[in-house]
Amino acid sequence: MADNHNIHLRIITPDRIFFEGDVDMVEFNTTEGEIGVLPGHIPLTVIVKPGILVFNDGEEEKEAALHSGFAEILPDKVTILAEIIEWPEEIDEQRAEEAMNRAKERIAGHNPETDMVRAQAALMRAMARIEVLK
Amino acid sequence: MASMRDIKRRKTSIQGTQQITKAMKLVSTVKLQRAKANAERTKVYFDCMYETVNSILARVGHVDHRYLNGGESQKKAVIVITSNRGLAGGYNSNITKLLTRHETWKKEDLVIYSLGNKGRDTLNRNGYNIKENLPEVIDSPSYADAMDLSARLLKAFEEGEFGEIHLAYTSFKNTVSHEPKLIKLLPVESKEDESKGGAEAIMEFEPQDTEALDMLIPKYITSLIYGAMMEAVASENGARMQAMDNATSNAEEMISDLALKYNRARQGSITQELTEIIAGAEALG
Repeated sequence: MADNHNIHLRIITPDRIFFEGDVDMVEFNTTEGEIGVLPGHIPLTVIVKPGILVFNDGEEEKEAALHSGFAEILPDKVTILAEIIEWPEEIDEQRAEEAMNRAKERIAGHNPETDMVRAQAALMRAMARIEVLK
Repeated sequence: MASMRDIKRRKTSIQGTQQITKAMKLVSTVKLQRAKANAERTKVYFDCMYETVNSILARVGHVDHRYLNGGESQKKAVIVITSNRGLAGGYNSNITKLLTRHETWKKEDLVIYSLGNKGRDTLNRNGYNIKENLPEVIDSPSYADAMDLSARLLKAFEEGEFGEIHLAYTSFKNTVSHEPKLIKLLPVESKEDESKGGAEAIMEFEPQDTEALDMLIPKYITSLIYGAMMEAVASENGARMQAMDNATSNAEEMISDLALKYNRARQGSITQELTEIIAGAEALG
């Protein structure tokens, strides 16, 4: 590793390589809470929870809505295997809001037939989408 | 000897067929290139997934986990990936043969999840239990399809409907070589003997190992299914391209054979006519 200020970030989805490059820091949401990764992090594998992914590639700060997947963190590189991830410009705000309202209704409805886990996951995804647009 | 007219008719008909096979070959060549590019893009994701899951499995060793032990049921679920259309040489029958000629599996123990009409048809005819057929998935496989399917399979697995999950698909090696494969998805077999020694740093997990397995294995299975779908589509087009290439060159051979026969017949008839005229002239003279 040439210098200690950058981590090599790779975000891979099943269809494409979403992003690859050197960044100074990566932030995202995991099952254990939000995490910010700086160079020299201990090796760690975490499971992604829906939320915003933030990183700075040296030119500008970039954000993306990261919904599901897992990340492998090594001192000098981070590999995120994302099942679903979107740039802000790929998100349809109206649809996300509709999905959020629908999920909220379902959770508030307390219907025993509702799949709570799924409804909550849907709500979190929608919220992450809306958040990243702001 | 067939008449000149018969030969000519036959030749024209073969030429027509040849044009069709040629066109089909061109179409599958284009489709193959696209499918191949897709399959290669998927491979990166799949390889990373494979590495990570294996490194976790190597670490946890013999942990008591339902995804590693398998269910108690004798039944086995098999995902069978074939195509919706024929004219692809042995592509579809090679896959169904994996099941029908399997040494130890009994028909009654299998629950088939079919992707592709051709495999469904053959297995149905042979009396297999087809639980689901999803022909539209294989037309344009998407990751969401794979997620749906693996979620349904894992749910049924956890409810004890079957104890193992297998996947039959055609692996794409290169344009001309495809190999029908039968792999076991669940229970996941840990490959401890393949561990790379101490080169890798000690990896921490959040959450803990078993919980991580709970979440990772479904993703792993999904990625395997997705990868298999992509490879199968590429193989299908590769197989069809080869089959159509063979058909075209066979037609070429038949056409040249018929052309020869036609010319012989034509010459024969001219000679005969000449002989008749000469004989007539002689008789008059």
